[in-house]
Amino acid sequence: MAEKVLMKGNEAMAEAAMRAGCRFFFGYPITPQTEVAAYMAKMMPKVGGTYLQAESEVAAINMVYGASAAGARVMTSSSSPGISLKSEGISYMAGADLPGVIVNVQRGGPGLGSIQPSQADYWQATKATGHGDFHIVVYAPSTVQEMADYAFKAFDTADKYRVPVMIMADGMLGQMMEPVVLPEALALEDLPEKPWATCGHGHKRPHNVANSLYLTASDLEDLVRERYERYAVIEETEQEAETYLTEDADIVLVAFGGAARVARSAVNAAREQGIKAGLVRPITLWPFPTRAIEAVVPTAKAFLDVEMNMGQMLEDVRLAVAGRVPVEFYGRTGGVIPTPDEVLAAIVALNEKVGE
Amino acid sequence: MGKDLTCVVAGFGGQGSLFAGKVIATAGLIEDREVSWMPSYGPEMRGGTANCSVTLSDEPIGSPLITRPRALIALNQPSFDKFIDNVEEGGIVVVDTAMVPSLTEPEGVTVIGIPATKMCEEAGLKGLGNIVLIGKLWAETGFCSEEALDGAIAKVAGKKPEKLEQNRQAIKLGINA
Repeated sequence: MAEKVLMKGNEAMAEAAMRAGCRFFFGYPITPQTEVAAYMAKMMPKVGGTYLQAESEVAAINMVYGASAAGARVMTSSSSPGISLKSEGISYMAGADLPGVIVNVQRGGPGLGSIQPSQADYWQATKATGHGDFHIVVYAPSTVQEMADYAFKAFDTADKYRVPVMIMADGMLGQMMEPVVLPEALALEDLPEKPWATCGHGHKRPHNVANSLYLTASDLEDLVRERYERYAVIEETEQEAETYLTEDADIVLVAFGGAARVARSAVNAAREQGIKAGLVRPITLWPFPTRAIEAVVPTAKAFLDVEMNMGQMLEDVRLAVAGRVPVEFYGRTGGVIPTPDEVLAAIVALNEKVGE
Repeated sequence: MGKDLTCVVAGFGGQGSLFAGKVIATAGLIEDREVSWMPSYGPEMRGGTANCSVTLSDEPIGSPLITRPRALIALNQPSFDKFIDNVEEGGIVVVDTAMVPSLTEPEGVTVIGIPATKMCEEAGLKGLGNIVLIGKLWAETGFCSEEALDGAIAKVAGKKPEKLEQNRQAIKLGINA
């Protein structure tokens, strides 16, 4: 087995991306994701890649568009306000069927907000990363190991479906260090071929175009419908979630990313008090792991959604539970990390409410 | 669970609290335990308490942010004042008395003061007060094996041989204090 190393989440993500064959990184500094760019600046030249600090987030995402159109594996990273700036470009990428990896190491919002860990961009990531009819795949890692694993996997998913893929981290996961086993580097010649790429071909084929402008409405409708067929396949095959102690759980917590770590501690504490608590941890936020929620609805007495925001994923949990049992919410926002004790108190209160 | 170390290391920026936390975390890595290291990176760093939370455990670690540490290493007065009341009952606090003149000892908590920075200066090891305090914490708690502690020092501080030697001396100063 490969050696375990102690790394920050931001750095593990950057290293894993390069090992997945990412050779272009365009970014702009913002706390708490700056280590991603700093790591790329240092390491990318050593593997013959390009690191470029753009003049703005808008410029960076358009550089991602260009590199992706040319067939490269490419990444950009930012934190919440920066992702808002990139949203136009992400929509253009979706509209031109261009794969690429976008990292959001979330901080408190709205506006410039705070620089502390937050999950308040859930809606943005899963419902409206930009204008128009489209989805992006969103991975929510919960450990430094997963920061590496899903950064690596994101490139394959992006290429497979020709969609932008987001890694939704937060300031906690980006800044913390944990032991991590890095994925083995892919050889560039083994990366998937991209016959659609707008790269040089010596007049051997008709030219390719990367474009998101379609002035004939019916042409655009056909394209969007074709894209939604792909989204249906993604929803069917790419849902990922981890379940923890849910088999006999009365109170099922639902939490992702950094909040899921706190929720897991609270579940353990509740079990010590004799309360049967469990956890469903969505790893894909889109597609939302509806099946994992569905599976525990028959045995659960109630759900407790825990987030570092005012209750955003809550809506997806309620859609999945569909009114069959109560779904309540506990969250902290603005960059405040909930403590396991606070979450435990919410579990205890909910258990009393729904208990015989 | 009894062997878990949950430690906050706190001091002024530049005193090496994040570095000291990394040494402890690396010792856990060497022993193949579950480890997390979480730094403060927010505005509080400008107010005098750069700090990190380090957890060594045999179980997967939940929140990396420690709200009730079992161990505290305090390198300055604001850090001592900020965290002392959060220390869990039965916990241990190791303090640099050269930097923390005003000590309190909450009930059920053991506070151990050694003049770490002064000891370092006298021994010609300027700037290694943080490492001395790790030595003291280790002597009191045995949070890892002696080999892991030395391995961690070598891994984190071992790029230059003379630096490594100084760090080893600083650890010993703390252990024997």
